[in-house]
Amino acid sequence: MIELDNVSYGYGDTALFSQLSLTLAPGSFHFLTGPSGAGKTTLLRLCYADLRAMDGQVRLFGQDAAALDRDGVAMVRRRIGVVHQDCQFLDHLSIAENIALPLTVADRMSEAAANLEQLLSWVGLGPQAGQLPPSLSGGERQRAALARAVIMSPEVIIADEPTGNVDWEMSQRLLMLLVELNKMGKTILIATHDLTMIRSLKSDVNARVLRLKDKQLTQAGADL
Amino acid sequence: MKALLDLIVGDPQADRAVPSTGITARLTVFAAGAMAFLAVFALALSLAAGRVADRWAEELSQAATLRLPADPDRAEAVLQAALTVLETTPGVATARALTSEEQQALLAPWFGADLPLETLPIPQLIEVIADDAGYDAAGLRARLMAEIPGAVLDDHTRWREPLLAAASRLRLLGWAVILLIGGVVTAMITLAAHASLAANTRVIGVLRLVGARDVYIARAFVRRFTLRAGFGAIVGVVLGVFAIQLLPNTQLAGGFLADFGFTGASWLWPLAIPPLTAIVAFFATRAAALRRLREQT
Ligand SMILES: Nc1ncnc2c1ncn2[C@@H]1O[C@H](COP(=O)(O)OP(=O)(O)OP(=O)(O)O)[C@@H](O)[C@H]1O
Ligand SMILES: [Mg+2]
Repeated sequence: MIELDNVSYGYGDTALFSQLSLTLAPGSFHFLTGPSGAGKTTLLRLCYADLRAMDGQVRLFGQDAAALDRDGVAMVRRRIGVVHQDCQFLDHLSIAENIALPLTVADRMSEAAANLEQLLSWVGLGPQAGQLPPSLSGGERQRAALARAVIMSPEVIIADEPTGNVDWEMSQRLLMLLVELNKMGKTILIATHDLTMIRSLKSDVNARVLRLKDKQLTQAGADL
Repeated sequence: MKALLDLIVGDPQADRAVPSTGITARLTVFAAGAMAFLAVFALALSLAAGRVADRWAEELSQAATLRLPADPDRAEAVLQAALTVLETTPGVATARALTSEEQQALLAPWFGADLPLETLPIPQLIEVIADDAGYDAAGLRARLMAEIPGAVLDDHTRWREPLLAAASRLRLLGWAVILLIGGVVTAMITLAAHASLAANTRVIGVLRLVGARDVYIARAFVRRFTLRAGFGAIVGVVLGVFAIQLLPNTQLAGGFLADFGFTGASWLWPLAIPPLTAIVAFFATRAAALRRLREQT
C-alpha cells in the first residue's frame, strides 16, 4: 500500500531522518511512537503526499509519489483517510458538513446521508452535528476528525495523535473503531505518545510498533 | 460549453465549501456594473457615429451643385446650355435650377432675408442629383469647361472628406473604448479573484487535504465571480440604456443626438454586454485560480 524506500527529509539544513524505509502491507496495523519533535507528523505527511521526499522514493499504491501530478495526489488522498494532529476543519461549515467534506469534494454526496448519521453516533457527536468546529472541545474535534478520515471508507487510515485530547474510555472506543476497520481489511497507521494505549490493544490486534528516535526508525520489541 | 452550463446550474455544496468574502463580492458587482454602463455609452457612440457617417456619405455623394457664371445678359442661354449638358450626361438623375427664393434662402444667413437678389449679379445654381451609379465628375467638368467657361461643379468632396474622416474616427474611438473597458474588467476580476484566493489559502489547503482536485476548488471561485460580474453587468446595461433613452430627442449637431440610441438589430449589442462580461469573468477567474492553486501545495 505505502512504501518508503531510503527516504530522507528535513526542514532547512538539518535532516530529520535519512535512509528511512517502511512498508505498510495491506491489512497491517502499525503504531508509530517517538519523542515529541522526532518527526512523526513529518513521516505521516510523506505518506499522504503532503510532503515530497528529498531523497529516496515514496510509493503510494504502487505509484511513485514524486511522479504524481496534482490530480494524481488528489486521487491518492481519496484512498487514504487522515486524522490530522491539528484537525484541519473548515470553520464556516458545520461539523456534519466537515465530516462529509471528502465525499463532497469527490462529488459523491449522495452516499453521505446514511453513513453520516451512523458515524456521528459512533463518535458520539450526534447532538453537535450542526455546530461549527470552533465551538467544540478538543476531544470532540478529534472524534470528528476521525469520522471524516473514515467516511470515504478508505483503504488506508493514517491517524496523528487521534486520542490526544480524549478521555480513556473514549480513546478506547475510537481505537476499537480502528481495530474493527482493520479487521475489515483496512491498513492502519497511528502515531501516538500513549504507550499504555498501545499496550491495552495488544490483545485485540496484531499490531507492530515502530519507534522514531534519533533519525532512526526501529521496531519496538517486547519491552514495551 | 458544458463547463459553462454546470457553472450556472451550480453545486451549492461546492459553493459552501469556500466562504464568501462580502467586500470583494460587492466591489466586483459594482465594478462590473459601472464598466457595463460605460460600455453602453461607448457602444451608442460608435453606432451613432457609424450611422451619421453612412448617411452623410450617401447624401453628399448623390448631391452636387453647378454654379454658373454671373452674366445678367446671357443668363437664360447659359442656363439652358448647362441643363442640356447635364441632361445628356449619363449618371445624372435630375438637374434643376434653383429658384430665386431658394437661392435667397441659401444666402439669407450671410446677407439677411431682405437682400434684393434681382439687382445683384448672383451666380445661378443648379442642383445635380446623381443616380445610384453616379457620373464621371472629371469628364463632366471637362465638358462644362468647353461649353460654359466659368461654370463650377462642386460635388462637396472638399468638405465631405474631413467630415467623413471625423465620423469614422469617432466610431473607431468608440470601439477602442469598448476594448479598453473589456481589458479593465479582465484586470479587475483577476485582481478580485487573487484577493479572494489569498483570503482563502487555509480553506484551499484543507480542501486539498481531503482530496479535492484543483478544478473543483477553482469552480467554486469561478462560479462566484462569473455570476457576480454577469449580474453587475446586467444592472449596468439596464441603467445605461435607460439613461440613453432619457436623452432629449433633438436634431442638434446634425441629428447626432437623434441617432444616439439603439434601434432594431443594434439592440443586440447592449444585450451582449452581460454575457460577454460573464465569459470574461469565467476565463479570468479560472486562469487566476488554476495558477494560484499550482503555486500552493
Ligand atoms: N513546516 C515546518 N517547518 C520547519 N520545521 C518544521 C516544520 N514542521 C515541523 N518542523 C520541525 O520538525 C521537527 C519534527 O516535527 P514533527 O511535527 O514531525 O514532530 P512530531 O514527532 O510529530 O512531534 P509531536 O509528537 O510533538 O507531534 C520539529 O523539530 C519541528 O520543529
Ligand atoms: Mg506530530
